[in-house]
Order: sequence, then structure tokens, then C-alpha cells
Amino acid sequence: MTESKPQEPTPQDLGFFSRIAHPGYFLEWSRYFIWPLVGITTILMAYGLYLAFFNSPADYQQGETVRIMYVHVPSAWLSQFCYAVMAIAAIGSLVWRHPLADVSAKAAAPLGATFTAIALITGALWGAPTWGTFWEWDGRMTSTLIMLFIYMGIIALWRTFEDQVRAGRIIAVITLVGAINVPIIKFSVDWWNTLHQPASVFRLDGPTMPPSILLPLFVMFFAFSFLFLLLHFISMRTEILRRRARAIERQYAQQLRTQKP
Amino acid sequence: MKPFLAMLTRDMKLATRIGGDSLTVLLFYIMTGAIMPFAIGPDKDQLAQLGPAIIWISALLSLLLALDRLFRMDHEDGSLLAMRQASLPLEMIVVAKICAHWVTTALPLIVATPVLAILLNLEIDQTLRVIFTLLVGTPALICFGAIGAAVTVSIKRGGLIAPILILPLSIPTLIFGVSAVSSGAIANAQDAALLFLAGFTLLSLVFTPFAAALALKMAAE
Repeated sequence: MTESKPQEPTPQDLGFFSRIAHPGYFLEWSRYFIWPLVGITTILMAYGLYLAFFNSPADYQQGETVRIMYVHVPSAWLSQFCYAVMAIAAIGSLVWRHPLADVSAKAAAPLGATFTAIALITGALWGAPTWGTFWEWDGRMTSTLIMLFIYMGIIALWRTFEDQVRAGRIIAVITLVGAINVPIIKFSVDWWNTLHQPASVFRLDGPTMPPSILLPLFVMFFAFSFLFLLLHFISMRTEILRRRARAIERQYAQQLRTQKP
Repeated sequence: MKPFLAMLTRDMKLATRIGGDSLTVLLFYIMTGAIMPFAIGPDKDQLAQLGPAIIWISALLSLLLALDRLFRMDHEDGSLLAMRQASLPLEMIVVAKICAHWVTTALPLIVATPVLAILLNLEIDQTLRVIFTLLVGTPALICFGAIGAAVTVSIKRGGLIAPILILPLSIPTLIFGVSAVSSGAIANAQDAALLFLAGFTLLSLVFTPFAAALALKMAAE
């Protein structure tokens, strides 16, 4: 989109979706979303943290460590949601070859890796007092770790390509292959885990949570989701601007070269 | 069928003649397997217990090592561009290349497995079982390797990136491959693992040609 374009359609000529997805127009309209999103995220995060730290009971078995869950569970959810965003963006870059889809996929990868890492680290910190060990080859933890590896591979791949437009489409292929594989990996790890580790670990039962724990979890869940949305917007904008800067640099270099002789 | 066979024989000839590294991969496989006891210790019972896992890991690493030659040479000298003009669709060319690659890299490893099995003190029936699971499972490893190789074909620097992408994806193969040989607390788990392994291989054989061909097309643009 930043490469030389002979006739750029003005945003008004296009349909609604093409218009909001036009990179230039995206920069326009997303600008008005940043500060409201910052506000919503801050309020939700502050309220959620207040509930989590001061206005929710300590668990009668786990004690104060149950509060780690308010960070852990939303991160774990986002680690999977990010991949879904990347997979949908990958379809966008392969089917419609849309530059904004590339940008969206590229921006989501480091966010997904970060949330996965947060989920793993908070999980380990919670595991140390509760299970007595930082790491257990538990099915869920193992597949989250593999998820992190997949994110890291994709980020590493983004960094090796010089031509980011071509990179977007090629990485879309591997993202989709990964998307097919993630459920298989999850299943196989669960299966492997039941084979090799017959001792069952203590698990928090979902539906029996009291509302005093459920409410902060709910608020933090939305706070993290809005945080992701905000960060995704910002890094998409940054990526578009970075590509433009690169294109301008390249144009300038070409001008210099043609002027010289 | 004729262009398919032509493609197959071409790749097999290239792999076995001067400059082909089928033998190198085989040596790497044996050496990786033989070097494990130096780290683990020469305890025969322990080696026998870890044997199937060691053999599978060695096979996985050796196949990763050989991946780069699957598409890179053809991409660099332009053969891949010429192949896109062939009457055979690129997907079928990928299938032919995968078959040739399996015959020239994975098959020698499987044939040489008894040597490793003797070094690792495996029983006869366990050796046969490992060989059988390798026969069933290595096509899946090659398939994912082909996707990784196709995705990274246009990258000039960064030969290490393909294994990074492929390793997480080959975890299911490794899990089912090793579980189909060794132990298990649950009855019939070995047979179930073998069936899952076979299913996984078939699945990867179905979608790999399309994914790899798509990546190759994108890389050539």
C-alpha cells in the first residue's frame, strides 16, 4: 500500500468495508478511537485491580494466591484469541490480499506472545505455592508453552523477510497451518499427559466459583480484552506509518541515485 | 502420470548423485543416536527404556537437517519457476518432491535403524515396532518440513528459521510415534497411538501439497 500506486482510489468511492480497511483511511478513523480506548481500559483495569486486591476474598484453600488468577485467566484467554485474530487476518491476506490484514497479523503476533508469556509466568508463580512446583507437565501448561513457541517462530519469521508485503502472504500460509495444528497439538498433549502422568493435579472447578471471585475476573477479562484492542490498534498504526516511512526513504534514495549522474 | 514420474526420478537422481547428501543425513542420524549414551550413561536397561525416544529424536533432527535442499536449490536456479509452467500442477510437483525426499532421506534412516537399535540394546520386537512407527510417522515429519521449507525458501539468510517453525508442529507426531512403541499405563494405548499417528500422517499428506504450493507461489511473486 505504501509502494508506488498509480491510481489510488479515494475512500469515498469504495464500499463500507473497503473504506474502513483502506490503510490511509484506517489511520484517519482509528485516531479517534485511541484515547477513548485508553480511558475505558484504564477505568476497567483500575476497577478490576481494586476488586481483585481489596474487594474479593482470599480462597480458603489457596489463600491470597488466588488473586493471581485475575491476571492469569484473561492472559490465557487472550493468548488464544490473538491467534484467532492472526488466523482471520491470514485469510484476509491470502484471499483479498489486503495490506491491512498483513498489518493486523504482524501487529497481533508480539501481543499474542506477550500475553502467552504472562499466562505462563503467572501460572508458574501460582503453581509454586499451590502445587509446590513452578512447572508441571500438565496438559494445559504444555500446550500454552507450545503456543508460545509457535508465536516466537512467527515473530522470528517476520523479522527475516525484507519485503514485508510478500512476507505477509507467506506467513499467512504458516499461520493457517498452525491454526489447523493447534487443536491437534492440544489434543495430543492432553493424551500424552494422561499416558505419562497418571497423578492428577489439583484443579479449580469453574462453575463453583462464588460471585465475589467471578465479578473481578469478569471485569479483568474485559480490561485485558480492551487492552489488547488498544495495543493492537496502536501497533497497527505504527506499522502502517513505519511502512510509509520506509517507502518514502526508498523513494528518496532513488531520487538521489537518478540525480547523481 | 508421466510428468509426475519424471519429477520423481529427477529428484531421486539429484539426491543420490554427486552433491546429494543422503549419506550425510544417514551418518548424522546414526551419530546422533550413538552420542546419546555418552550423555545418559552406558546403563543397558536405561538405554533400552529410552531407546525408542532416542531413535525418534534422532530421526526428527536428521530430517530437519535435510529439509533445506527440498526446494531451495530449485528456487535459486529458477527450476521452480519453470516447473510452475508444467502441465502438472504445482501441488502435484510438491507431492512428487515429498515422495522423492522421503525415499532418499527417511527410508535410509529407517533401513539403518536396526544398527541404532543394537547400540541402544533394544529387543527385536521393539525394534520392529520402532521401524514400523517410523515408516508410518516420517511422512508426516517430511510434510511439515516441506511446509517449513516452502515458507522459508525465499529467505537468503536465516537457515535456522525453518526448524523453529517446524518443531512445534511436529510434536503430535513425536508424541504418537513414541507412544506407539513404548509403554503406557492404559491397555491398547500403543495401538491407539499408532492409529492416531497414521491418521495424522494422512491428514498432513492431504493439506501439505496445497499449503506448500501456495507458499511457493507467494515466494516467487
